[in-house]
Amino acid sequence: MYPSRFRYEAPRSIDEAVALLHQGAGEAKVLAGGQSLVPLLKLRFAAPELLVDINSLPGLDYHRVDADGTIRVGALCRHADLERSTILATRQPTMAAAARVIADPIVRNRGTLVGSLCHADPQGDWASVVTALGGYVTAQGSSGRRNIPIAQFVTGPFQNALAHDEVAVEAVIPAPKGTVAGGYLKLERRVGDFATAGAAVALEMSGAVVTRAGIALTGVGGSTIDAADAAHALVGGPLTADSIGRAADLAAQAAQPRTDHRGSADYKRHIVRTFVERILTRVAQPTERAA
Amino acid sequence: MSSLFEEIREPVASDVPVRRVSITVNGEKRTADVEPRLLLAHLLRQGLGLTGTHTGCDTSNCGACTVLFDGKAIKSCTMLAVQADGHEVTTVEGLAGPSELHPIQEGFKDEHGLQCGFCTPGMMLAAKALLDENPDPTEDEVRWALSGNLCRCTGYQNIVKSVLWAAQKLQSQSAS
Repeated sequence: MYPSRFRYEAPRSIDEAVALLHQGAGEAKVLAGGQSLVPLLKLRFAAPELLVDINSLPGLDYHRVDADGTIRVGALCRHADLERSTILATRQPTMAAAARVIADPIVRNRGTLVGSLCHADPQGDWASVVTALGGYVTAQGSSGRRNIPIAQFVTGPFQNALAHDEVAVEAVIPAPKGTVAGGYLKLERRVGDFATAGAAVALEMSGAVVTRAGIALTGVGGSTIDAADAAHALVGGPLTADSIGRAADLAAQAAQPRTDHRGSADYKRHIVRTFVERILTRVAQPTERAA
Repeated sequence: MSSLFEEIREPVASDVPVRRVSITVNGEKRTADVEPRLLLAHLLRQGLGLTGTHTGCDTSNCGACTVLFDGKAIKSCTMLAVQADGHEVTTVEGLAGPSELHPIQEGFKDEHGLQCGFCTPGMMLAAKALLDENPDPTEDEVRWALSGNLCRCTGYQNIVKSVLWAAQKLQSQSAS
């Protein structure tokens, strides 16, 4: 399969990239990891006139944690970097759990978290994770930089809030105020397949009490689903069998799955309930999991 | 050398500049004039005649087209040739000289790690990337590292054995 013809530029600075996108006037597309875009080009679902390859931009391949605990992921940080990250392994269990189940190991060597957010596939894992964590995307364009909360960034299936001359340069996870807990579970028929269903759970705790909760769902709707009611049901109390069951039920109700070749709507809703319950139970009873 | 789309007989677009790329392939510097939309897999196969890199699914699923890009396993059907400009690419032809076998190739031979052989080059390069990073992997780690490569002969059992065989051989070589 061959992509349609396009012009190709590999700018050396963000300003240059923004200028190229501006000239492209909506017919230009940013190429980062390319693990979703190149297949779309080959299928000719995407046919931009200009491809702006940002892989030569210096200083975007980082992920780091600020002194206050804010986690920052640059536009060229690959999934594989996050999979091997000691920062995530020690500080951010929801991201650490997701990083190892993105696509397959070879795709993880190229694909990027920020690119995945921009692609806004309803079956994309990172949008759920960043939604559960209450993160945002920093975009740079002709009129400067702005931060876009993830809920506003993903505007629909394969749609994001970027202006045509904006580059998403960073994803940011705000500093937690309490102890961090959570996880990410996904059901896929085989490694690399799109998610049948997935659930991201991100908690902040003060002792045994949940002080902040985020739950978001992958692959069970036309877009990433923020199961806010399920999350709110957890805040202000400890994790008990009752509160876990209630949150899992509310998450299943928030899902809007469709019956397809990966499973029936009921089945997917059942997976969501099971995954949310499983993650929360593991948080509540860490020693039982180890046993 | 020009690597355009002769095989689909589309004329070269006048408004799309052809770009000269310089890529170190298997240790040798190669240059080619490519249309930006040319995929790395096609440059390797049609442009450079390195047909050991297979295109299987052509949808980024199967991993038959896996090559090493600056030492990391990537799917060459999911990268543009222009993106490889200035980088190093290793294909299955680069594992060993024409009259030799790399220990990974020996392992696949010894442990019957292939049946039809279509997925084999990709499997070998994914294995190379693993062993370069982790010379003494567990079986689980081998399965994890190869989970992006599909074998339709269902030969995974022997492929895993082949990689573990190669790991041992490489370790004994580096010890001696």
